Amino acid sequence: MNDLEDDVPAADSTPAASRPTAVSQHDRRDVVLRVDGLRKRYGENEVVRGLSFEIRRGDCFGLLGPNGAGKTTTLRCCLGLIDPDGGTIEMVGQPVPKAAREARIRVGVVPQMDNLDPDFTVTENLRIYGGYFGLRRAVIDARIPRLLEFAGLASKGSAGLRTLSGGMKRRLTLARALINDPELLILDEPTTGLDPQARHLIWDGLRQLLAQGKTILLTTHFMDEAERLASRLAVIDHGALIASDTPRGLLAQHVEPEVVEVYGDEAKKWADIHGRRLSARLEIAGETAFCYANDAQPLLADLATRAGVRYLHRPANLEDLFIKLTGRELRD
Amino acid sequence: MTFTAKLWAPPLLTVRFLPVWRRNLLVWKKLAIASVLGNIADPLLYMLALGYGIGSLIGEVGGMSYIAFIGTGMVCQSAMFTASFEGMYSAFSRMHVQRTWEAIINAPIGIDDVIMAEWIWAATKAVMSTAAILVVIMALGYGHTWLAVWILPLGFIVGLTFGAAGLVMNAMAPGYDFFTYFFTLVLTPMLLLSGVFFPVEQMPPVLAAIAEFLPLKHAIDIARPLMLGRVPDQLLLHAFVLVFYAALAFYVALVLTRRRLLK
Repeated sequence: MNDLEDDVPAADSTPAASRPTAVSQHDRRDVVLRVDGLRKRYGENEVVRGLSFEIRRGDCFGLLGPNGAGKTTTLRCCLGLIDPDGGTIEMVGQPVPKAAREARIRVGVVPQMDNLDPDFTVTENLRIYGGYFGLRRAVIDARIPRLLEFAGLASKGSAGLRTLSGGMKRRLTLARALINDPELLILDEPTTGLDPQARHLIWDGLRQLLAQGKTILLTTHFMDEAERLASRLAVIDHGALIASDTPRGLLAQHVEPEVVEVYGDEAKKWADIHGRRLSARLEIAGETAFCYANDAQPLLADLATRAGVRYLHRPANLEDLFIKLTGRELRD
Repeated sequence: MTFTAKLWAPPLLTVRFLPVWRRNLLVWKKLAIASVLGNIADPLLYMLALGYGIGSLIGEVGGMSYIAFIGTGMVCQSAMFTASFEGMYSAFSRMHVQRTWEAIINAPIGIDDVIMAEWIWAATKAVMSTAAILVVIMALGYGHTWLAVWILPLGFIVGLTFGAAGLVMNAMAPGYDFFTYFFTLVLTPMLLLSGVFFPVEQMPPVLAAIAEFLPLKHAIDIARPLMLGRVPDQLLLHAFVLVFYAALAFYVALVLTRRRLLK
Protein backbone atom coordinates (compact mmCIF):
# COMPACT_ATOMS: atom_id res chain seq x y z
CA MET A 1 0.00 0.00 0.00
CA ASN A 2 1.29 3.48 -0.76
CA ASP A 3 2.42 5.75 2.01
CA LEU A 4 -0.56 7.87 2.95
CA GLU A 5 1.45 10.82 4.16
CA ASP A 6 2.97 11.48 0.74
CA ASP A 7 0.55 14.17 -0.29
CA VAL A 8 0.44 16.03 2.99
CA PRO A 9 2.81 19.01 3.00
CA ALA A 10 5.27 18.96 5.86
CA ALA A 11 4.28 21.31 8.68
CA ASP A 12 7.78 22.79 8.59
CA SER A 13 7.34 24.12 5.06
CA THR A 14 5.20 27.01 6.36
CA PRO A 15 7.05 29.84 8.10
CA ALA A 16 6.38 29.72 11.81
CA ALA A 17 5.04 33.27 11.92
CA SER A 18 2.26 32.59 9.39
CA ARG A 19 0.53 29.88 11.40
CA PRO A 20 -1.33 30.43 14.66
CA THR A 21 0.33 27.66 16.61
CA ALA A 22 2.09 24.58 15.36
CA VAL A 23 -0.04 22.43 17.59
CA SER A 24 -3.43 23.61 16.34
CA GLN A 25 -2.42 23.20 12.71
CA HIS A 26 -1.04 19.79 13.43
CA ASP A 27 -4.32 18.93 15.13
CA ARG A 28 -6.44 20.11 12.26
CA ARG A 29 -4.51 18.09 9.78
CA ASP A 30 -4.70 15.10 12.04
CA VAL A 31 -8.47 14.95 12.23
CA VAL A 32 -9.74 12.87 9.31
CA LEU A 33 -13.43 13.13 10.15
CA ARG A 34 -15.09 15.71 12.34
CA VAL A 35 -18.82 15.51 13.04
CA ASP A 36 -20.26 18.33 15.10
CA GLY A 37 -23.83 18.59 16.36
CA LEU A 38 -25.22 16.38 13.59
CA ARG A 39 -29.01 16.23 13.36
CA LYS A 40 -31.24 14.28 10.98
CA ARG A 41 -35.01 14.04 11.11
CA TYR A 42 -37.42 11.86 9.14
CA GLY A 43 -40.85 13.42 9.57
CA GLU A 44 -41.53 13.47 13.30
CA ASN A 45 -38.77 11.01 14.05
CA GLU A 46 -35.38 12.53 14.88
CA VAL A 47 -32.93 9.75 14.03
CA VAL A 48 -29.72 11.63 14.85
CA ARG A 49 -29.83 14.16 17.68
CA GLY A 50 -26.81 16.39 18.02
CA LEU A 51 -24.10 13.79 17.48
CA SER A 52 -20.46 14.95 17.72
CA PHE A 53 -17.23 13.00 17.36
CA GLU A 54 -13.76 13.23 15.82
CA ILE A 55 -11.57 10.61 14.21
CA ARG A 56 -7.81 11.12 14.20
CA ARG A 57 -5.42 9.85 11.59
CA GLY A 58 -4.40 6.25 12.22
CA ASP A 59 -7.27 5.52 14.58
CA CYS A 60 -9.80 2.75 14.25
CA PHE A 61 -12.96 4.40 15.47
CA GLY A 62 -15.80 2.07 16.42
CA LEU A 63 -19.32 3.44 16.28
CA LEU A 64 -21.42 1.15 18.42
CA GLY A 65 -25.14 1.13 18.90
CA PRO A 66 -28.16 -1.14 18.76
CA ASN A 67 -30.22 -1.47 15.56
CA GLY A 68 -31.90 1.83 14.77
CA ALA A 69 -29.47 3.87 16.88
CA GLY A 70 -28.64 6.06 13.86
CA LYS A 71 -25.32 4.50 12.78
CA THR A 72 -26.08 4.05 9.09
CA THR A 73 -27.85 7.42 8.86
CA THR A 74 -24.73 9.04 10.33
CA LEU A 75 -22.52 7.33 7.74
CA ARG A 76 -24.82 8.39 4.89
CA CYS A 77 -24.63 11.98 6.12
CA CYS A 78 -20.83 11.79 6.25
CA LEU A 79 -20.71 10.55 2.66
CA GLY A 80 -23.00 13.38 1.58
CA LEU A 81 -25.69 10.98 0.32
CA ILE A 82 -28.26 12.63 2.57
CA ASP A 83 -28.29 16.17 3.90
CA PRO A 84 -28.26 16.70 7.64
CA ASP A 85 -30.91 18.95 9.21
CA GLY A 86 -28.26 20.48 11.44
CA GLY A 87 -24.63 20.38 12.43
CA THR A 88 -21.42 20.30 10.41
CA ILE A 89 -19.28 17.55 8.94
CA GLU A 90 -15.72 17.78 7.71
CA MET A 91 -14.30 14.68 6.05
CA VAL A 92 -10.68 14.43 4.82
CA GLY A 93 -10.54 18.21 5.07
CA GLN A 94 -13.62 18.85 2.92
CA PRO A 95 -16.92 20.31 4.14
CA VAL A 96 -19.80 17.86 3.65
CA PRO A 97 -22.32 17.92 2.00
CA LYS A 98 -20.97 20.97 0.13
CA ALA A 99 -17.83 19.23 -1.16
CA ALA A 100 -19.00 15.65 -0.57
CA ARG A 101 -17.87 14.48 -3.98
CA GLU A 102 -14.36 15.82 -3.47
CA ALA A 103 -14.29 14.15 -0.06
CA ARG A 104 -15.44 10.79 -1.45
CA ILE A 105 -12.48 10.77 -3.86
CA ARG A 106 -10.29 10.03 -0.83
CA VAL A 107 -12.63 7.72 1.08
CA GLY A 108 -13.31 3.99 0.69
CA VAL A 109 -16.65 2.44 1.65
CA VAL A 110 -17.54 -1.13 2.59
CA PRO A 111 -21.35 -1.18 2.67
CA GLN A 112 -23.51 -3.29 4.92
CA MET A 113 -24.85 -5.38 2.03
CA ASP A 114 -22.69 -6.66 -0.79
CA ASN A 115 -23.11 -4.69 -3.99
CA LEU A 116 -20.39 -6.17 -6.16
CA ASP A 117 -21.11 -6.47 -9.87
CA PRO A 118 -22.29 -10.07 -10.39
CA ASP A 119 -21.62 -10.01 -14.14
CA PHE A 120 -17.93 -9.19 -13.78
CA THR A 121 -14.94 -11.21 -12.66
CA VAL A 122 -13.02 -10.38 -9.50
CA THR A 123 -10.44 -8.29 -11.37
CA GLU A 124 -13.07 -6.56 -13.48
CA ASN A 125 -14.92 -5.54 -10.33
CA LEU A 126 -11.83 -3.75 -9.08
CA ARG A 127 -11.02 -2.23 -12.47
CA ILE A 128 -14.50 -0.88 -13.13
CA TYR A 129 -14.79 0.54 -9.63
CA GLY A 130 -11.44 2.28 -10.00
CA GLY A 131 -12.87 3.92 -13.10
CA TYR A 132 -15.53 5.62 -10.98
CA PHE A 133 -12.72 7.50 -9.21
CA GLY A 134 -11.37 8.77 -12.50
CA LEU A 135 -8.20 6.75 -12.02
CA ARG A 136 -6.14 5.95 -15.09
CA ARG A 137 -6.15 2.35 -16.23
CA ALA A 138 -2.39 2.01 -15.63
CA VAL A 139 -2.75 3.19 -12.03
CA ILE A 140 -5.62 0.79 -11.40
CA ASP A 141 -3.87 -2.17 -13.01
CA ALA A 142 -0.76 -1.52 -10.93
CA ARG A 143 -2.82 -1.66 -7.73
CA ILE A 144 -4.90 -4.72 -8.53
CA PRO A 145 -2.32 -7.50 -7.88
CA ARG A 146 -1.53 -6.10 -4.42
CA LEU A 147 -5.21 -5.74 -3.60
CA LEU A 148 -5.96 -9.29 -4.72
CA GLU A 149 -3.14 -10.57 -2.59
CA PHE A 150 -4.32 -8.49 0.36
CA ALA A 151 -7.80 -9.99 -0.02
CA GLY A 152 -6.46 -13.53 -0.34
CA LEU A 153 -7.88 -13.70 -3.87
CA ALA A 154 -4.62 -13.77 -5.83
CA SER A 155 -5.61 -17.01 -7.57
CA LYS A 156 -9.20 -15.85 -8.17
CA GLY A 157 -8.58 -12.82 -10.37
CA SER A 158 -10.46 -14.20 -13.35
CA ALA A 159 -13.11 -16.04 -11.32
CA GLY A 160 -16.75 -15.09 -11.82
CA LEU A 161 -18.52 -13.52 -8.88
CA ARG A 162 -21.02 -16.34 -8.64
CA THR A 163 -18.27 -18.81 -7.75
CA LEU A 164 -17.16 -16.85 -4.66
CA SER A 165 -18.14 -17.65 -1.08
CA GLY A 166 -19.69 -15.00 1.18
CA GLY A 167 -16.35 -14.44 2.89
CA MET A 168 -14.51 -14.00 -0.41
CA LYS A 169 -17.11 -11.48 -1.58
CA ARG A 170 -16.67 -9.49 1.61
CA ARG A 171 -12.89 -9.48 1.15
CA LEU A 172 -13.31 -8.38 -2.44
CA THR A 173 -15.60 -5.58 -1.27
CA LEU A 174 -12.88 -4.52 1.16
CA ALA A 175 -10.26 -4.63 -1.61
CA ARG A 176 -12.59 -2.62 -3.85
CA ALA A 177 -12.88 0.06 -1.15
CA LEU A 178 -9.08 0.40 -1.26
CA ILE A 179 -8.77 0.88 -5.03
CA ASN A 180 -8.45 4.66 -4.62
CA ASP A 181 -5.89 4.28 -1.79
CA PRO A 182 -8.25 6.13 0.57
CA GLU A 183 -7.30 8.23 3.57
CA LEU A 184 -10.36 7.06 5.43
CA LEU A 185 -12.02 3.66 5.20
CA ILE A 186 -15.66 3.48 6.26
CA LEU A 187 -17.06 0.05 7.08
CA ASP A 188 -20.73 -0.47 7.88
CA GLU A 189 -21.06 -3.73 9.81
CA PRO A 190 -18.37 -5.42 7.73
CA THR A 191 -18.69 -8.93 9.15
CA THR A 192 -22.45 -9.27 9.65
CA GLY A 193 -23.55 -12.62 8.23
CA LEU A 194 -20.06 -14.16 8.03
CA ASP A 195 -18.93 -17.35 9.73
CA PRO A 196 -16.18 -17.10 12.39
CA GLN A 197 -13.35 -18.12 10.02
CA ALA A 198 -14.33 -15.54 7.42
CA ARG A 199 -14.76 -12.93 10.14
CA HIS A 200 -11.21 -13.50 11.43
CA LEU A 201 -9.80 -13.07 7.93
CA ILE A 202 -11.52 -9.69 7.60
CA TRP A 203 -10.19 -8.66 11.01
CA ASP A 204 -6.66 -9.68 10.00
CA GLY A 205 -6.98 -7.55 6.89
CA LEU A 206 -8.20 -4.54 8.85
CA ARG A 207 -5.38 -4.90 11.36
CA GLN A 208 -2.89 -4.91 8.47
CA LEU A 209 -4.41 -1.68 7.19
CA LEU A 210 -4.18 -0.09 10.63
CA ALA A 211 -0.55 -1.15 10.88
CA GLN A 212 0.03 0.69 7.59
CA GLY A 213 -1.44 3.81 9.15
CA LYS A 214 -4.90 3.82 7.54
CA THR A 215 -7.78 5.45 9.38
CA ILE A 216 -10.91 3.38 9.85
CA LEU A 217 -14.48 4.19 10.83
CA LEU A 218 -16.33 1.03 11.71
CA THR A 219 -19.91 0.49 12.77
CA THR A 220 -20.74 -2.77 14.42
CA HIS A 221 -22.91 -4.40 16.99
CA PHE A 222 -20.42 -7.21 17.54
CA MET A 223 -18.57 -6.32 20.70
CA ASP A 224 -15.70 -8.71 20.08
CA GLU A 225 -15.14 -6.96 16.74
CA ALA A 226 -14.97 -3.58 18.45
CA GLU A 227 -12.78 -5.02 21.19
CA ARG A 228 -10.26 -6.45 18.74
CA LEU A 229 -10.04 -3.55 16.31
CA ALA A 230 -11.13 -0.24 17.71
CA SER A 231 -8.67 2.15 19.37
CA ARG A 232 -11.53 4.52 20.19
CA LEU A 233 -15.21 3.81 20.67
CA ALA A 234 -18.38 5.84 20.66
CA VAL A 235 -21.57 4.27 21.93
CA ILE A 236 -24.67 5.88 20.46
CA ASP A 237 -28.33 5.21 21.08
CA HIS A 238 -31.45 7.02 19.89
CA GLY A 239 -29.22 9.19 17.72
CA ALA A 240 -27.14 10.65 20.54
CA LEU A 241 -23.71 9.92 21.96
CA ILE A 242 -23.83 8.11 25.28
CA ALA A 243 -20.12 7.59 25.88
CA SER A 244 -16.84 7.89 24.00
CA ASP A 245 -13.31 6.87 24.98
CA THR A 246 -10.77 4.12 24.45
CA PRO A 247 -12.23 0.64 25.04
CA ARG A 248 -10.24 0.38 28.29
CA GLY A 249 -11.27 3.86 29.39
CA LEU A 250 -14.93 3.14 28.76
CA LEU A 251 -14.82 -0.07 30.74
CA ALA A 252 -13.00 1.58 33.65
CA GLN A 253 -15.46 4.44 33.66
CA HIS A 254 -18.75 2.59 33.33
CA VAL A 255 -18.50 -1.04 34.36
CA GLU A 256 -17.29 -2.85 37.46
CA PRO A 257 -14.19 -4.87 36.52
CA GLU A 258 -15.43 -8.33 37.50
CA VAL A 259 -18.53 -10.25 36.48
CA VAL A 260 -20.00 -13.43 37.86
CA GLU A 261 -22.74 -14.98 35.74
CA VAL A 262 -24.96 -17.21 37.83
CA TYR A 263 -27.43 -19.66 36.30
CA GLY A 264 -29.28 -22.83 37.22
CA ASP A 265 -32.63 -23.58 38.91
CA GLU A 266 -31.90 -21.69 42.09
CA ALA A 267 -30.15 -18.72 40.46
CA LYS A 268 -33.01 -16.24 40.76
CA LYS A 269 -33.77 -17.11 44.32
CA TRP A 270 -30.09 -16.89 45.23
CA ALA A 271 -29.80 -13.54 43.46
CA ASP A 272 -32.64 -12.03 45.48
CA ILE A 273 -31.42 -13.28 48.85
CA HIS A 274 -27.62 -13.13 48.54
CA GLY A 275 -26.60 -11.85 45.12
CA ARG A 276 -27.82 -8.30 45.53
CA ARG A 277 -26.11 -7.97 48.87
CA LEU A 278 -22.74 -9.20 47.57
CA SER A 279 -22.71 -7.37 44.16
CA ALA A 280 -22.12 -3.75 43.37
CA ARG A 281 -24.84 -4.16 40.72
CA LEU A 282 -26.96 -7.11 39.66
CA GLU A 283 -29.05 -7.68 36.54
CA ILE A 284 -31.32 -10.57 35.69
CA ALA A 285 -31.64 -11.56 32.03
CA GLY A 286 -33.71 -14.64 31.34
CA GLU A 287 -32.36 -17.43 33.56
CA THR A 288 -29.07 -15.72 34.28
CA ALA A 289 -28.07 -13.31 37.04
CA PHE A 290 -25.21 -10.99 36.07
CA CYS A 291 -23.37 -9.91 39.23
CA TYR A 292 -21.01 -6.96 38.72
CA ALA A 293 -18.41 -6.39 41.41
CA ASN A 294 -15.18 -4.52 42.09
CA ASP A 295 -14.04 -7.59 44.01
CA ALA A 296 -15.75 -10.88 43.24
CA GLN A 297 -14.19 -12.89 46.06
CA PRO A 298 -17.14 -12.60 48.51
CA LEU A 299 -19.53 -13.66 45.70
CA LEU A 300 -17.40 -16.65 44.76
CA ALA A 301 -17.00 -17.71 48.37
CA ASP A 302 -20.75 -17.63 48.86
CA LEU A 303 -21.51 -19.42 45.59
CA ALA A 304 -19.09 -22.23 46.46
CA THR A 305 -21.40 -23.20 49.33
CA ARG A 306 -24.65 -23.21 47.28
CA ALA A 307 -26.28 -26.14 45.57
CA GLY A 308 -28.50 -25.70 42.49
CA VAL A 309 -26.50 -22.86 40.93
CA ARG A 310 -23.66 -22.83 38.45
CA TYR A 311 -21.53 -19.82 37.77
CA LEU A 312 -18.87 -18.28 35.57
CA HIS A 313 -16.36 -15.73 36.76
CA ARG A 314 -14.87 -13.43 34.12
CA PRO A 315 -13.53 -9.90 33.59
CA ALA A 316 -16.02 -7.31 32.38
CA ASN A 317 -16.06 -6.80 28.60
CA LEU A 318 -17.57 -4.42 26.07
CA GLU A 319 -20.73 -6.44 25.91
CA ASP A 320 -21.36 -5.63 29.58
CA LEU A 321 -20.68 -1.99 28.83
CA PHE A 322 -22.97 -2.00 25.80
CA ILE A 323 -25.80 -3.65 27.69
CA LYS A 324 -25.39 -1.28 30.61
CA LEU A 325 -25.48 1.79 28.38
CA THR A 326 -28.20 0.73 25.95
CA GLY A 327 -30.35 -1.57 28.08
CA ARG A 328 -31.45 -5.15 27.60
CA GLU A 329 -34.68 -4.67 25.70
CA LEU A 330 -34.86 -6.02 22.17
CA ARG A 331 -34.53 -3.60 19.21
CA ASP A 332 -35.94 -4.14 15.77
CA MET B 1 -30.23 24.36 0.09
CA THR B 2 -33.31 22.67 1.53
CA PHE B 3 -34.10 19.08 0.68
CA THR B 4 -37.06 20.12 -1.48
CA ALA B 5 -34.93 22.62 -3.38
CA LYS B 6 -32.25 19.99 -3.91
CA LEU B 7 -34.87 17.51 -5.08
CA TRP B 8 -36.12 19.87 -7.78
CA ALA B 9 -32.71 21.29 -8.71
CA PRO B 10 -31.86 21.27 -12.41
CA PRO B 11 -29.83 18.25 -13.56
CA LEU B 12 -26.13 18.41 -12.76
CA LEU B 13 -24.76 16.96 -15.97
CA THR B 14 -21.07 16.08 -16.13
CA VAL B 15 -18.85 13.67 -18.07
CA ARG B 16 -18.66 11.57 -14.91
CA PHE B 17 -21.54 9.58 -16.33
CA LEU B 18 -19.09 8.00 -18.81
CA PRO B 19 -17.53 5.31 -16.56
CA VAL B 20 -21.03 4.24 -15.53
CA TRP B 21 -22.17 4.07 -19.16
CA ARG B 22 -19.03 2.11 -19.93
CA ARG B 23 -19.82 -0.33 -17.13
CA ASN B 24 -23.16 -1.11 -18.76
CA LEU B 25 -21.49 -1.52 -22.14
CA LEU B 26 -18.97 -4.01 -20.69
CA VAL B 27 -21.74 -6.11 -19.12
CA TRP B 28 -23.64 -6.00 -22.39
CA LYS B 29 -20.57 -7.21 -24.32
CA LYS B 30 -20.57 -10.36 -22.22
CA LEU B 31 -24.11 -11.21 -23.28
CA ALA B 32 -24.19 -9.36 -26.57
CA ILE B 33 -25.45 -12.10 -28.87
CA ALA B 34 -28.36 -13.12 -26.67
CA SER B 35 -29.17 -9.49 -26.05
CA VAL B 36 -29.21 -8.47 -29.72
CA LEU B 37 -31.25 -11.51 -30.67
CA GLY B 38 -33.73 -10.74 -27.91
CA ASN B 39 -34.08 -7.15 -29.05
CA ILE B 40 -34.50 -7.77 -32.77
CA ALA B 41 -36.05 -11.25 -33.09
CA ASP B 42 -39.58 -10.08 -32.34
CA PRO B 43 -39.63 -7.06 -34.63
CA LEU B 44 -37.98 -9.05 -37.42
CA LEU B 45 -40.54 -11.84 -37.19
CA TYR B 46 -43.39 -9.33 -37.30
CA MET B 47 -41.83 -7.51 -40.18
CA LEU B 48 -41.28 -10.64 -42.25
CA ALA B 49 -44.55 -12.38 -41.43
CA LEU B 50 -46.81 -9.34 -41.79
CA GLY B 51 -44.68 -7.84 -44.55
CA TYR B 52 -44.84 -10.89 -46.80
CA GLY B 53 -48.20 -12.17 -45.58
CA ILE B 54 -50.36 -9.05 -45.58
CA GLY B 55 -48.00 -7.35 -48.03
CA SER B 56 -48.93 -9.90 -50.72
CA LEU B 57 -52.61 -8.92 -50.30
CA ILE B 58 -52.34 -5.15 -50.29
CA GLY B 59 -49.33 -4.13 -52.34
CA GLU B 60 -48.11 -0.59 -51.74
CA VAL B 61 -48.93 1.58 -48.73
CA GLY B 62 -47.99 5.23 -48.55
CA GLY B 63 -45.80 5.01 -51.63
CA MET B 64 -43.74 2.05 -50.42
CA SER B 65 -44.06 -1.74 -50.40
CA TYR B 66 -45.88 -2.99 -47.32
CA ILE B 67 -42.80 -4.82 -46.04
CA ALA B 68 -40.75 -1.62 -46.20
CA PHE B 69 -43.68 0.26 -44.63
CA ILE B 70 -43.96 -2.08 -41.68
CA GLY B 71 -40.18 -2.53 -41.53
CA THR B 72 -39.73 1.20 -40.93
CA GLY B 73 -42.41 1.06 -38.25
CA MET B 74 -40.63 -1.88 -36.66
CA VAL B 75 -37.34 0.02 -36.55
CA CYS B 76 -39.03 2.74 -34.51
CA GLN B 77 -40.99 0.41 -32.26
CA SER B 78 -37.92 -1.67 -31.51
CA ALA B 79 -36.05 1.49 -30.43
CA MET B 80 -39.06 2.27 -28.22
CA PHE B 81 -39.28 -1.19 -26.62
CA THR B 82 -35.53 -1.65 -26.23
CA ALA B 83 -35.07 1.67 -24.44
CA SER B 84 -38.20 1.22 -22.28
CA PHE B 85 -37.06 -2.23 -21.24
CA GLU B 86 -33.59 -0.94 -20.37
CA GLY B 87 -34.98 1.99 -18.37
CA MET B 88 -37.30 -0.28 -16.44
CA TYR B 89 -36.19 -3.92 -15.94
CA SER B 90 -32.44 -3.50 -16.39
CA ALA B 91 -32.21 -0.25 -14.44
CA PHE B 92 -34.33 -1.75 -11.66
CA SER B 93 -31.96 -4.71 -11.41
CA ARG B 94 -29.02 -2.37 -11.08
CA MET B 95 -30.73 0.02 -8.70
CA HIS B 96 -32.68 -2.31 -6.44
CA VAL B 97 -31.67 -5.95 -6.86
CA GLN B 98 -27.89 -5.74 -7.35
CA ARG B 99 -27.48 -2.37 -5.55
CA THR B 100 -25.02 -1.36 -8.24
CA TRP B 101 -26.09 2.29 -8.04
CA GLU B 102 -25.47 2.30 -4.31
CA ALA B 103 -21.89 1.16 -4.90
CA ILE B 104 -21.42 3.82 -7.57
CA ILE B 105 -22.69 6.75 -5.50
CA ASN B 106 -20.32 5.79 -2.67
CA ALA B 107 -17.60 6.63 -5.19
CA PRO B 108 -17.27 10.27 -6.28
CA ILE B 109 -20.17 10.03 -8.72
CA GLY B 110 -23.53 11.68 -8.14
CA ILE B 111 -26.98 10.19 -8.59
CA ASP B 112 -27.55 12.66 -11.46
CA ASP B 113 -24.55 11.13 -13.25
CA VAL B 114 -25.95 7.64 -12.70
CA ILE B 115 -29.38 8.54 -14.14
CA MET B 116 -27.69 10.31 -17.04
CA ALA B 117 -25.58 7.18 -17.71
CA GLU B 118 -28.64 4.94 -17.67
CA TRP B 119 -30.49 7.33 -19.95
CA ILE B 120 -27.70 7.49 -22.53
CA TRP B 121 -27.21 3.75 -22.21
CA ALA B 122 -30.90 3.05 -22.94
CA ALA B 123 -30.58 5.23 -26.04
CA THR B 124 -27.36 3.44 -27.02
CA LYS B 125 -29.16 0.11 -26.93
CA ALA B 126 -32.00 1.59 -28.94
CA VAL B 127 -29.47 2.53 -31.65
CA MET B 128 -28.11 -1.01 -31.63
CA SER B 129 -31.47 -2.60 -32.31
CA THR B 130 -32.33 0.14 -34.81
CA ALA B 131 -29.12 -0.65 -36.68
CA ALA B 132 -29.72 -4.40 -36.64
CA ILE B 133 -33.18 -4.11 -38.17
CA LEU B 134 -32.06 -1.47 -40.62
CA VAL B 135 -29.37 -3.83 -41.88
CA VAL B 136 -31.96 -6.55 -42.49
CA ILE B 137 -34.23 -4.14 -44.37
CA MET B 138 -31.30 -3.06 -46.52
CA ALA B 139 -30.25 -6.65 -47.10
CA LEU B 140 -33.76 -7.46 -48.30
CA GLY B 141 -33.32 -4.73 -50.91
CA TYR B 142 -35.56 -2.00 -49.47
CA GLY B 143 -34.49 1.52 -48.73
CA HIS B 144 -31.23 1.80 -50.65
CA THR B 145 -30.56 5.41 -49.89
CA TRP B 146 -27.94 7.18 -47.83
CA LEU B 147 -30.66 9.21 -46.18
CA ALA B 148 -31.76 6.01 -44.38
CA VAL B 149 -28.59 6.23 -42.29
CA TRP B 150 -30.21 9.18 -40.50
CA ILE B 151 -32.59 6.66 -38.95
CA LEU B 152 -29.72 5.75 -36.57
CA PRO B 153 -29.61 9.12 -34.78
CA LEU B 154 -33.40 9.05 -34.86
CA GLY B 155 -33.21 5.72 -32.99
CA PHE B 156 -31.01 7.43 -30.41
CA ILE B 157 -33.56 10.20 -29.83
CA VAL B 158 -36.42 7.69 -29.63
CA GLY B 159 -34.24 5.83 -27.11
CA LEU B 160 -33.82 9.00 -25.05
CA THR B 161 -37.58 9.56 -25.03
CA PHE B 162 -38.57 6.08 -23.94
CA GLY B 163 -35.48 5.39 -21.85
CA ALA B 164 -36.38 8.42 -19.75
CA ALA B 165 -40.01 7.28 -19.52
CA GLY B 166 -38.76 3.86 -18.37
CA LEU B 167 -36.59 5.52 -15.74
CA VAL B 168 -39.63 7.42 -14.44
CA MET B 169 -41.37 4.08 -13.95
CA ASN B 170 -38.23 2.63 -12.41
CA ALA B 171 -38.07 5.40 -9.82
CA MET B 172 -41.62 4.58 -8.72
CA ALA B 173 -41.50 0.79 -8.97
CA PRO B 174 -41.91 -1.39 -5.88
CA GLY B 175 -41.06 -4.47 -8.00
CA TYR B 176 -40.80 -5.77 -11.56
CA ASP B 177 -44.56 -6.37 -11.85
CA PHE B 178 -45.14 -2.63 -11.76
CA PHE B 179 -43.71 -2.27 -15.27
CA THR B 180 -46.63 -4.22 -16.76
CA TYR B 181 -48.75 -1.07 -16.33
CA PHE B 182 -46.45 0.84 -18.64
CA PHE B 183 -46.56 -1.87 -21.29
CA THR B 184 -50.34 -2.30 -21.15
CA LEU B 185 -51.40 1.30 -20.65
CA VAL B 186 -48.74 3.18 -22.62
CA LEU B 187 -46.61 1.13 -24.98
CA THR B 188 -49.22 -1.18 -26.52
CA PRO B 189 -51.72 1.63 -27.31
CA MET B 190 -48.81 3.69 -28.62
CA LEU B 191 -47.79 0.83 -30.89
CA LEU B 192 -51.30 0.47 -32.32
CA LEU B 193 -52.09 4.19 -32.70
CA SER B 194 -48.81 5.50 -34.10
CA GLY B 195 -48.96 4.08 -37.59
CA VAL B 196 -46.63 1.13 -37.26
CA PHE B 197 -48.95 -1.37 -38.96
CA PHE B 198 -51.23 0.95 -40.95
CA PRO B 199 -51.23 4.65 -41.82
CA VAL B 200 -52.56 6.95 -39.10
CA GLU B 201 -54.87 8.54 -41.72
CA GLN B 202 -56.83 5.27 -41.86
CA MET B 203 -58.02 5.73 -38.30
CA PRO B 204 -61.16 7.59 -37.13
CA PRO B 205 -60.41 11.35 -36.72
CA VAL B 206 -60.51 11.21 -32.92
CA LEU B 207 -57.84 8.53 -32.79
CA ALA B 208 -55.79 10.28 -35.46
CA ALA B 209 -55.93 13.44 -33.34
CA ILE B 210 -54.74 11.52 -30.27
CA ALA B 211 -51.90 10.07 -32.32
CA GLU B 212 -50.56 13.60 -32.84
CA PHE B 213 -49.55 13.60 -29.17
CA LEU B 214 -47.71 10.28 -29.33
CA PRO B 215 -43.92 10.41 -29.67
CA LEU B 216 -43.75 7.14 -31.61
CA LYS B 217 -45.99 8.63 -34.32
CA HIS B 218 -43.57 11.52 -34.77
CA ALA B 219 -40.61 9.14 -34.91
CA ILE B 220 -42.32 7.21 -37.71
CA ASP B 221 -43.14 10.46 -39.54
CA ILE B 222 -39.40 11.08 -39.68
CA ALA B 223 -38.34 7.51 -40.47
CA ARG B 224 -40.63 6.66 -43.43
CA PRO B 225 -39.58 9.53 -45.72
CA LEU B 226 -35.93 8.85 -44.86
CA MET B 227 -36.40 5.25 -45.94
CA LEU B 228 -37.87 6.48 -49.23
CA GLY B 229 -34.93 8.84 -49.72
CA ARG B 230 -36.81 12.05 -48.92
CA VAL B 231 -36.21 14.69 -46.29
CA PRO B 232 -39.24 14.52 -43.96
CA ASP B 233 -41.81 17.33 -43.95
CA GLN B 234 -42.01 19.26 -40.69
CA LEU B 235 -38.82 17.58 -39.53
CA LEU B 236 -38.24 20.16 -36.81
CA LEU B 237 -41.75 19.79 -35.38
CA HIS B 238 -41.44 16.00 -35.16
CA ALA B 239 -37.98 16.21 -33.65
CA PHE B 240 -39.18 18.85 -31.18
CA VAL B 241 -41.99 16.60 -29.92
CA LEU B 242 -39.54 13.74 -29.31
CA VAL B 243 -36.96 15.93 -27.60
CA PHE B 244 -39.64 17.65 -25.52
CA TYR B 245 -40.93 14.32 -24.16
CA ALA B 246 -37.36 13.11 -23.61
CA ALA B 247 -36.30 16.18 -21.63
CA LEU B 248 -39.49 16.27 -19.57
CA ALA B 249 -39.36 12.57 -18.70
CA PHE B 250 -35.65 12.78 -17.87
CA TYR B 251 -36.24 15.61 -15.43
CA VAL B 252 -39.14 13.77 -13.78
CA ALA B 253 -37.04 10.59 -13.56
CA LEU B 254 -34.24 12.57 -11.96
CA VAL B 255 -36.45 14.17 -9.31
CA LEU B 256 -38.20 10.89 -8.46
CA THR B 257 -34.94 8.94 -8.27
CA ARG B 258 -33.34 11.56 -6.01
CA ARG B 259 -36.41 11.35 -3.78
CA ARG B 260 -36.18 7.57 -3.71
CA LEU B 261 -32.46 7.17 -3.04
CA LEU B 262 -31.21 10.29 -1.28
CA LYS B 263 -33.19 10.13 1.91
